[in-house]
Amino acid sequence: MLIIAVLLTLMAAVAVAVAVQRNLFSVVVLGGIYSFLMATVLVALDAVDVAMTEASVGAGISTVLLLGALYLCGGGEAKPLARPWLPLAVALVIAGALAYGTLGLPAFSDPQAPIHTHVVPRYLSAALAETGVPNVVTAVLASYRGYDTLGETTVVFTAGVGVIALLRRIGRRKKPGRGQ
Amino acid sequence: MKRLIVLRVVAKMLIPFMLLFALYVQFHGDFSPGGGFQAGVIGAAAIILYALIFGLPAARRLVPERLVETLLGAGVLLYGGVGLAGIALGGNYLDYFVLGRDPVSGQHRGIFWVEVGVALTVSAVMLEIFYLFAGRGHRFDE
Repeated sequence: MLIIAVLLTLMAAVAVAVAVQRNLFSVVVLGGIYSFLMATVLVALDAVDVAMTEASVGAGISTVLLLGALYLCGGGEAKPLARPWLPLAVALVIAGALAYGTLGLPAFSDPQAPIHTHVVPRYLSAALAETGVPNVVTAVLASYRGYDTLGETTVVFTAGVGVIALLRRIGRRKKPGRGQ
Repeated sequence: MKRLIVLRVVAKMLIPFMLLFALYVQFHGDFSPGGGFQAGVIGAAAIILYALIFGLPAARRLVPERLVETLLGAGVLLYGGVGLAGIALGGNYLDYFVLGRDPVSGQHRGIFWVEVGVALTVSAVMLEIFYLFAGRGHRFDE
């Protein structure tokens, strides 16, 4: 638990640094550091699959894509046009509501929490016998929750199609040698 | 960055291992952490590293955009196709029990192909987004 507390404190420090920092290149790098800290927290919580995703997507690909975007739009943060009091108030109210909402959640690693008493015992006890896959995360993701993963894959596909629709130069299609 | 010899040598040494690790994460996902999503991202990262070091045109020659766009749709189609195969063999949509001789081997087969579909779509989308972003500037077009 101590290591998680230390990592979460570091993450809060990185978040403050992101808010204060005006150089967008530093902000992107700090975002990568934040993702790596999050991945380490997930390893400490024994959620290695999620940690792997966080490290590769959050710290790896996202950083590269944001740096690519930064190259297109310049590395300095523009001066705000108006005083940010209203957005600040909205953010504070939402933060307060979220913090209030956490009071209603079950305690950390409470075995009687609804998420641990509903379908999880069945997955944990029957997954190996029913699917023959020792990694329960894979069994749940691809088999028990196959519909959800199909939806997820479709969301990723839609994101790719959206980016193609927005960014692809139309002229390139007429280049000789393509589409033959 | 083509002229920096240290980067080129290190990248040439690293990229095969990155691709191999992607395959390991993909096909060992039944037994260890990982699966299609992570493997797709790691595989795309290897190609992106190649593009950063050797230039975007070189990466486009290696993995043409047309291939990337085909794989982008093929992954989802493969995933949906596994579901339809379940119907064709007399089960429900995405029902893996009917895909093999016995329920457990059917589950194995279903999970395997579904993960392949996820990996194809995820790696293709990551790569396509990178190509489109990088293709708008000229830094990578050395």
